[in-house]
Amino acid sequence: MALQPAFRFLLRHLPATISSIFPKLSIPVHRKLSILNSSSPKPISPTTQITWRAAKENKLVSDKDERFGNGTVSSAESVVNSSTIAAIVTSLCGPPAAVGIVRLSGPSAVSIVGRVFRPASKKKRRGPDWSPVSHVVEYGVVVDSHGNVIDEVLVVPMLGPKSYTREDVVELQCHGSEVCLHRVLRACLDAGARIAEPGEFTLRAFLNGRLDLSQAENVGKLISAKSVAVADSALAGIQGGFSSLVKSLRAQCIKLLTEIEARLDFDDEMPPLELNPVIDEIRGMLQEVDDALETADYDKLLQSGLQIAIVGRPNVGKSSLLNAWSKSERAIVTEIAGTTRDIVEANISVRGIPVTLLDTAGIRDTDDIVEKIGVERSEAVATSADVILMTVSATEGWTLEDEKLLERIQCNKSGSSSTPGVLVINKIDCAPSSLCDWVNTLSSSFNKHVFTSAVSGQGIPDLEAAIIELAGLNRIPTGGRKWTVNQRQCEQLVRTREAFIRLKSSIEEEIPLDFWTIDLREAALALGQISGEDISEEVLSNIFGKFCIGK
Amino acid sequence: MATTLSLHLTRIVSQFSVPSSLLPPLSSAKQRPQLLQCRLRLRFHGRRGFFVSRQEAPRRRFSIFASTTSQDWDKHSDASNERYDVIVVGGGHAGCEAALSSARIGAKTLLLTLNIDRIAWQPCNPAVGGPAKSQLVHEVDALGGEIGKVADRCYLQKRVLNISRGPAVRALRAQTDKREYASEMKKILESTPNLSIREAMVTDMLVGKNDNVEGVCTFFGMNFYAPSVVLTTGTFMSGKIWVGKTSMPAGRAGESASHGLTEYLQQLGFETDRLKTGTPARVDCRTVDFSGLEPQHGDEEVNWFSYDPDYHLEREQMCCYLTRTTKSTHQLIKDNLHETPTYGGWVEAKGPRYCPSIEDKIVRFQDKESHQIFLEPEGRSVPELYVQGFSTGLPERLQLPLLRTLPGLENCSMLRPAYAVEYDYFPAHQCFPSLMTKKIEGLFFSGQINGTTGYEEAAAQGIVSGINAARHSAGKSVIVLERETSYIGTLIDDLVTKDLREPYRMLTSRSEHRLFLRSDNADNRLTPLGHDIGLIDDRRWKIYLDKKARILEEKQRLKTTRISSGDLTAEITEVSGQPVRDSSTLESLLKKPHVQYKILDKHGFGNNLLSRMDKECVEIDIKYEGFIVRQQNQLQQMVNQQHRRLPDDLDYYAMTTLSHEAREKLSKVRPRTIGQASRVGGVSPADVTALLIILESNRRRAHEERKHQMLTSIIADASQEVSESPLKETISP
Repeated sequence: MALQPAFRFLLRHLPATISSIFPKLSIPVHRKLSILNSSSPKPISPTTQITWRAAKENKLVSDKDERFGNGTVSSAESVVNSSTIAAIVTSLCGPPAAVGIVRLSGPSAVSIVGRVFRPASKKKRRGPDWSPVSHVVEYGVVVDSHGNVIDEVLVVPMLGPKSYTREDVVELQCHGSEVCLHRVLRACLDAGARIAEPGEFTLRAFLNGRLDLSQAENVGKLISAKSVAVADSALAGIQGGFSSLVKSLRAQCIKLLTEIEARLDFDDEMPPLELNPVIDEIRGMLQEVDDALETADYDKLLQSGLQIAIVGRPNVGKSSLLNAWSKSERAIVTEIAGTTRDIVEANISVRGIPVTLLDTAGIRDTDDIVEKIGVERSEAVATSADVILMTVSATEGWTLEDEKLLERIQCNKSGSSSTPGVLVINKIDCAPSSLCDWVNTLSSSFNKHVFTSAVSGQGIPDLEAAIIELAGLNRIPTGGRKWTVNQRQCEQLVRTREAFIRLKSSIEEEIPLDFWTIDLREAALALGQISGEDISEEVLSNIFGKFCIGK
Repeated sequence: MATTLSLHLTRIVSQFSVPSSLLPPLSSAKQRPQLLQCRLRLRFHGRRGFFVSRQEAPRRRFSIFASTTSQDWDKHSDASNERYDVIVVGGGHAGCEAALSSARIGAKTLLLTLNIDRIAWQPCNPAVGGPAKSQLVHEVDALGGEIGKVADRCYLQKRVLNISRGPAVRALRAQTDKREYASEMKKILESTPNLSIREAMVTDMLVGKNDNVEGVCTFFGMNFYAPSVVLTTGTFMSGKIWVGKTSMPAGRAGESASHGLTEYLQQLGFETDRLKTGTPARVDCRTVDFSGLEPQHGDEEVNWFSYDPDYHLEREQMCCYLTRTTKSTHQLIKDNLHETPTYGGWVEAKGPRYCPSIEDKIVRFQDKESHQIFLEPEGRSVPELYVQGFSTGLPERLQLPLLRTLPGLENCSMLRPAYAVEYDYFPAHQCFPSLMTKKIEGLFFSGQINGTTGYEEAAAQGIVSGINAARHSAGKSVIVLERETSYIGTLIDDLVTKDLREPYRMLTSRSEHRLFLRSDNADNRLTPLGHDIGLIDDRRWKIYLDKKARILEEKQRLKTTRISSGDLTAEITEVSGQPVRDSSTLESLLKKPHVQYKILDKHGFGNNLLSRMDKECVEIDIKYEGFIVRQQNQLQQMVNQQHRRLPDDLDYYAMTTLSHEAREKLSKVRPRTIGQASRVGGVSPADVTALLIILESNRRRAHEERKHQMLTSIIADASQEVSESPLKETISP
């Protein structure tokens, strides 16, 4: 509709003061017919003081088609009458905090959280829907749309009106790292939330009568500051690759709408529409959106970096590798197996991407209680890292212990998503190169293998290249799509993608042409952040500009 | 949302109010001298040949609340003063619907027209319906209007367009017999109780001291009084027709324009502008060789505009024909471009984009070698053929040679030349969505005066203004159809909100909610309202309720009836390309692609009690349930948000947080709701948020002031009680 989604919500949430003045009466017909009496006098011209009563109006709000199930909509969605916003409300600047908070506010806040949150308590898990008690903290995990666990969280539900915005508010207390917070937020957006505009929680609080009048000015300033910010970012985005992608996608949507709607309004004057190119174009657009969303993931990578766990049997040179790679003496290196007991971190930069190397205790069965804990930690790190470097010694070759260790890591990763693994054959300086034979037999277990020598630094560049390739960064052509996608743009793309997927299924189910326009319009709306009428007007002028129609 | 109140209640209340029409118009006498001057100045423009003065318009039965006083007043009437509840000026498609709805509601109505023989004339294409326009016709019918019934009765050919493109864009189009149409409509008007018709040219308004309308004055000096006046002047206000470079003042070819009214309304402060439209030449069908032309037949199964089965009477159909422009057409136009108004440069106004002249098409689409031209009959008893797609501004001497370049028309004779007409209109932001003007209470505008084009658009506005004029004169609240509930609402919302640059034609792409605004559910959307208002009688109401019940029952039956595999499932598998599970419900079968209700009928699983229309409704409801529910949810959200009312007395110029453009535009349009404000061109979402913040701040401030006042008055009361001082009177409010 006419309003940007960001503002749609606001419109209804103002206290309906008028309704308290007039009584509500039941209606004899099955339809809502509300009468607005506006009796405020309105001066007709500055010269005359004569006023007349503004026209009284009956407003017909038949938001129901009488035939359609008497207006009762079976889906739970029927109560949703405004958008639900979400944002990370704790600071992301400065050193990472221990805890970060993602806040949701709006009528479907509870149902959205219900979709991403799995309570730890089994009792609570039983019900079909998550139905929290207001102001009672719950513990559990957040999962993404594929069901993978993202983070463990504390959930604080604050149901309206006893909340900051007087709407249902749910806060997810996550781990403070930026990656966690962004992943949780993304899950909420995927589940139907909309990213909040700057200051929108406060704006809602004000419009819902929460703040006092003196604070209104601040809200006003906030909004105008936001407009400036929007203008700035819009300006900044003009040259950006992302905006040109959005522009071209939007133009394609409008073009297709033009093609279709011209045929709907001027049926007998147009040549029939070739459907196959249209379908191809829609598929192409979906692909582009998917690609762009993938870029969004790389973008997060750029911001948050990679975690690389170095695992292996004791004394294969893991710590030496870390030291050689980070060009430091971060880890203690001895000849004694099991020197490293705890996780040792070193931060390096691989082609501009921040990488955290995690040196782990050598994994083996041990009775030493300290080492045992170290081994457990190693395994835990291996499950959560972005890339695993499985290190073996070139001198010893692939041993039975290595085989066991590989199984152990793989079985810990019970999930379907497998962390990419690199086989690092270390100590290559101490062994003849005739060992290559066994490496090839293992190619199915690892994405890559690299020969290194931690002592001489040989093979480190190969390792870096392998990492870059595994993280998929080599797929971003330099100079081509070298732009970043922020959370908001990501949301835009997610909405666009949803619309395209619905459109695709409409096409597959051979739904008539008119229905295609619904989702094309929605895609154009999501891409353009402009009102529906503007699209109508644009489509119309395109129709008249492009086609020779009219009788 | 503000208050919810039964319409019945308001109606009862209003029965007791005294119609303001009975009060003598005191102020009009004062204004006369000035008005006379204005008329004298303009008298020379009038070119009326003769005038049949009718002493007394036939006044038949009276409405319940008007009757006692009217009879009373009749006894000492003088011929120059006549009182009505509603006066409708203009007898076109807007005027007819306005007069009929007003009279049927019970208001004593007078229809003033320049020429009684031209009532409900179709001066351009004698066709009703088409995409989006057909929805308007269905909606007018659902409310109790007439256009659909007359079109159903007078059709020459009917076709459903967009059949396979979705239920929301399916559109019925009827070619009508233009003479029959006019005479049918005239008959209906003449036989409607409470309605008088009279020939007159209205030149002035009578305006009361509260800026309320009190009646109209005619060119020949008659005064007619009414508290509600509907202006539906079409292309007649200062109309001027053009053929080539030659022009003359006229509303339509051969009919005199109406002068004086524009100037008078301008004096009252109305803003006016000019629009231009045109109509192509007519040729004699007896001189056309149809043998080589592609015929275009009507549908075998005829569909109807009206929901009233009493009007579903099939008749023989006529054929339309298709021809094309040729190389010599294009050459002739290119050689004579300097003779056309647009390219010759003597007319700046461009015609509507959806109705380009043939020279426009050829200049703008140079690579197109040929353009389609439709030949459409104008009636069963007239030889005229309408040459659709062939509007031109070329002079008359070139028009026949141009026509003769078309295959089949090589030897044609032209009956009427193509001409363009320009006329005054009043940008409709000067109206409320009830179509009452903001400046003059009781004055309503409808049809081309608001900048629209098309019979259907006119009829849609006509019925709304007729209803509201009658309700206004009876002291009832006026009715507004919302954008989301109807194409009529969309039309009016666009008119009162947006800037027009060309005559406004309804198009499906103008409605964001079109899936919901289908022709098959127009009665479900609007007939209950028509019934409440008093335009749908008990018979129609029963038909409606029965139909609704039948459809609901059938949907229930389809939901609960399960079938085992057999001929039906085999055919459905074949048609849809999808497997059918055992003991599927009939409903689930209907949801499959390409499966129509007909297949159920064919295998004996249909319901014979249902009409074809009913079955279509059932099929649509079931097949597209998912889409409809989704749209409905979005709509509900939107309605709640957008229908927040804006106070009438907002000073937008004082709102510094709004952009300058928004301040200007909002002051001009003065939107009624937040939703409307957001649709005004140049108002950004940030402006809307700023507006919301201002409203909320104002509300809080007012609240605090009230509290403060209450507090001070309590303190004052307390001090009075204590002191009993002599200051008491000055302190107390």
